[in-house]
Amino acid sequence: MEREVKQTKGKIAGIIANLVTVEVDGPVSQNEICYIKHAGIDLMAEVIKVFEKKVFIQVFESTRGLKVGQDVEFTSAMLEVTLGPGILSRNYDGLQHDLDRMEGVFLKRGDYTAALDYEKIWDFIPLAKVGDTVAAADWLGEVTENVIPHKIMVPFKFAGKYSVKKIAAAGEYTVNEEIAILTDSKGLEYKVTMTQKWPVKIPIKTFAQKPRPFRLLETGVRTIDTLNPIVEGGTGFVPGPFGSGKTVLQQAISKQAEADVVIMAACGERANEVVEIFAEFPEIEDPRTGRKLMERTTIIANTSNMPVAAREASVYTAMTLAEYYRSMGLKVLLLADSTSRWAQALREMSNRMEELPGPDAFPMDLPAIISNFYSRAGFVHLNNGKTGSITFIGTVSPAGGNLKEPVTESTKKAARCFYALSQQRADSKRYPAIDPIDSYSKYLEYPELQEYLKTNISEDWIDQVLRAKNFLLRGKEASEQINILGDDGVPIDYHLRFWRGEVIDFVVLQQDAFDDVDKRTPLDRQKFLLETVLGICNIDFSFESFDEVNPYFKRIINTLKQMNYSEYESEKFNSFYSELQTIIKERK
Amino acid sequence: METKAFQKIYTKIIQITKATCSLRASGVGYEELAMVNGRLAQVVKIIGDVVTLQVFGGTEGIPTNAEVVFLGKPPVLKVSDDLAGRFFDAFGNPIDGGPEVEGEEREIGGPSVNPVRRKQPSELIATGIAGIDMNNTLVTGQKIPFFAEPDQPFNQVMAMVAMRAKADKIILGGMGLTNDDYLFYKNVFENAGALERIISFVNTTENPPVERLLVPDMALTAAEYFAVDKKQSVLVLLTDMTLYADALSIVSNRMDQIPSKDSMPGSLYSDLAKIYEKAVQFPDGGSITIIAVTTLSGGDITHAIPDNTGYITEGQLFLRKDSDIGKVIVDPFRSLSRLKQLVIGKKTRKDHPQVMNTAIRLFADAAQAKTKLENGFDLTDYDERTLKFGKEYSDKLLAIDVNIEIDEMLDTAWNLFAKYFSKAEVAIRSEFMDLYWKGE
Ligand SMILES: Nc1ncnc2c1ncn2[C@@H]1O[C@H](COP(=O)(O)OP(=O)(O)OP(=O)(O)O)[C@@H](O)[C@H]1O
Ligand SMILES: [Mg+2]
Repeated sequence: MEREVKQTKGKIAGIIANLVTVEVDGPVSQNEICYIKHAGIDLMAEVIKVFEKKVFIQVFESTRGLKVGQDVEFTSAMLEVTLGPGILSRNYDGLQHDLDRMEGVFLKRGDYTAALDYEKIWDFIPLAKVGDTVAAADWLGEVTENVIPHKIMVPFKFAGKYSVKKIAAAGEYTVNEEIAILTDSKGLEYKVTMTQKWPVKIPIKTFAQKPRPFRLLETGVRTIDTLNPIVEGGTGFVPGPFGSGKTVLQQAISKQAEADVVIMAACGERANEVVEIFAEFPEIEDPRTGRKLMERTTIIANTSNMPVAAREASVYTAMTLAEYYRSMGLKVLLLADSTSRWAQALREMSNRMEELPGPDAFPMDLPAIISNFYSRAGFVHLNNGKTGSITFIGTVSPAGGNLKEPVTESTKKAARCFYALSQQRADSKRYPAIDPIDSYSKYLEYPELQEYLKTNISEDWIDQVLRAKNFLLRGKEASEQINILGDDGVPIDYHLRFWRGEVIDFVVLQQDAFDDVDKRTPLDRQKFLLETVLGICNIDFSFESFDEVNPYFKRIINTLKQMNYSEYESEKFNSFYSELQTIIKERK
Repeated sequence: METKAFQKIYTKIIQITKATCSLRASGVGYEELAMVNGRLAQVVKIIGDVVTLQVFGGTEGIPTNAEVVFLGKPPVLKVSDDLAGRFFDAFGNPIDGGPEVEGEEREIGGPSVNPVRRKQPSELIATGIAGIDMNNTLVTGQKIPFFAEPDQPFNQVMAMVAMRAKADKIILGGMGLTNDDYLFYKNVFENAGALERIISFVNTTENPPVERLLVPDMALTAAEYFAVDKKQSVLVLLTDMTLYADALSIVSNRMDQIPSKDSMPGSLYSDLAKIYEKAVQFPDGGSITIIAVTTLSGGDITHAIPDNTGYITEGQLFLRKDSDIGKVIVDPFRSLSRLKQLVIGKKTRKDHPQVMNTAIRLFADAAQAKTKLENGFDLTDYDERTLKFGKEYSDKLLAIDVNIEIDEMLDTAWNLFAKYFSKAEVAIRSEFMDLYWKGE
């Protein structure tokens, strides 16, 4: 498949920050990777624009000290990731270099470490037989990576049908050892190992079909699962001003969600937040497997102080790794914090290339770039009838917290769940600060999901959810009226309405991400909670005067919160529950 | 910096703007330094043989036949223990009359720490100010700015915090400091007898604005020397980062870059992040903590400078004048230390998180009661009590003149709870109520 060509070479002709122009002596392609030869080290860069003999490249490193006339070598390959067993529990930079294997305290330019461990020995079990007809992504064999059954597949780049000529026997192999020989229709033979490469900007489309997703993805976050659920293979985004809780929410989801594999792209955010994951994930147990969370997690870290060009690459690297694991029939959760930083990286380059700017100086094609990226997520049927999924949730950091800006607006068109964090809720410490009224999940309207919820939770679950939303809305309206007319200027009923909304807010929506019990609520407990709370909202309590309403509901809320902090159905939990019943009886 | 004999001298400038000049030259490295008629400049753009220099001192009076010499290296700082106790300008030249510092030459604005070589911050920094220690606890390795109006006493508060923090070194990066403020800092450091722990890089309002761009990198290169090589805990004070960002916009606008929001360069986020992300905790004990000042105009935190800062730093501290008590307080609603959960209730008393949250909630109730009062509505008995609580809480705990230990802050809060509220209204977990409730 590879044809010998004369490698194109070039010389640096200009430098502005990390945008370098190169005069070339041969053909180059868009997004081709090249290396700048600088003082004995090779600096990686990517072609982003070509104009006759002049090629614009974005350098994934600091360009300090580069000079006009320096040599550049082109590779004729696009930016690729290395796929194979051993990706899980690694910490990579945006270009999939292993951070743990780099030397020294400081990142060094051109210190490109290998993505996989080439020495490690894996226990291989063949799944295909000699004579089988196979195509790209078909499973040839399997190794166990941590706890995950990691499929060794026909490389994604293989087009057409092949026949298995030879398959390795069960046994121990390193990733670069031959595990199969395939022959194509012309009888040509191809060696297959456990590793392959794939260009990150090209989606892996080796699946049979991509139906609409329908299965709830449990996150343990009540305001998501109960009010605006996300599905396996769904997309969602979390816009919010700084400090409103995007990262805390994403980390909670990454710890708790029902996923086989979690890929986190820390894209242009704080290094200390990545360190928090490094510190916690090897300690926290995955409730589903009893193993450590880190074993199912891969982190792609391009923190805000790392080279900007690699920031854009980092989200594509993460997505490609997710697609790889999806092809194995796994449930993958992909998180990116923050996609705005990636958009800003695009903006910086586009400005340096003096392209015609779109709104807020972002590139004109930003909406297309974002929607292409989101479209790579999804639930798929593989060729062998199995299913896999990538659920993608990205955060957005809107400038000035104003949601009318290009990244938020473009993402809103691409993602199906919208979890808007409100400054006001964050200020009053109502965490998670997801605005219950502005946020939505389009999946709730999918008959497929509705059916699923009916069968798996209860027949009238959707009705209950809609009733809860309605109580929240009426509560908000009542609170506006009370603010205008004063406590005694409105009927008592307004106070009741207001407090019904507050009960749902304090007890269902608000959830302490730092409390061991409260942070994760399984679905059956969410069902119990919603039913209990709606039961209270449906009661017409009797009050003589408005100032009785506030203290009474505070007691109810307090008791319910104590329940949230207690182990489900524990003695403590039950005693708070009966206390609650006593309080309710007082005014029924 | 003197020029060497064999260096090529260029004398033909082809373009001059307010902050930059361009000439034809070859063999020049990107970000290399040059001297333009004795003024320090740095390469910011190379197109073919046309090199554009950013002249730190401004281009006023630069002629087209100015002598340009390239120095063959990016900006550097000579680092050694002799930096301690010294005052420098933005270029790292002494301004205290003392000798040049000898030491190893290090490029400023160097590479980032590999995230896997960091440690999660966990050392509390006690300042004695309850608005900080109780509500917005600081941790070594953190980066946090004061968001303040120009007329607020942020330099005083920052100096106070610096003197009380138990840092091995304090490094001041002053950008656009007024001469008075510069002398204020110098005075505080001298009076505290702390001079040998302090290093200052100062650009005052009397110096050209573009020079400021070097100050954070100079300060942080010195900080990295002490934190990495000497394993010391270093506190870096950067004031005023708004003036730093203004200087960035001067340069980028002169280079015809398309400005984004508020005429700031599109790279503002990355530019600021490169500075703030130098804050770090190392496993072997060395650390860099950054406390900065970002002045606001008209309290607008949606302006590109505070907005981008907020997205980078680990929280922010707001100062505000509380007219009820006539003192400046640390605003508990808008301030946030994101690293506080790493230490509160762990390094401090277990009731700390709950006491903090409860006091702030009650203070919010007081604010609401105040609005009610202003809108002419009747106050309930609870409203009246929250108002009284709010005033005392503000005076005894939020005001910046408070200087007590954290346990005393917590006890003070418990006293106020019991003084104005019932147990049910306070609603703190029963295990803490049993231990600390001061009422009957
Ligand atoms: N669910 C929660 N429970 C308790 N505290 C929370 C919760 N969510 C957020 N917080 C508080 O808010 C702070 C900021 O949250 P977070 O870091 O997630 O904000 P962010 O939206 O990611 O901000 P930025 O855009 O600047 O990264 C946290 O440090 C924590 O103190
Ligand atoms: Mg965040």
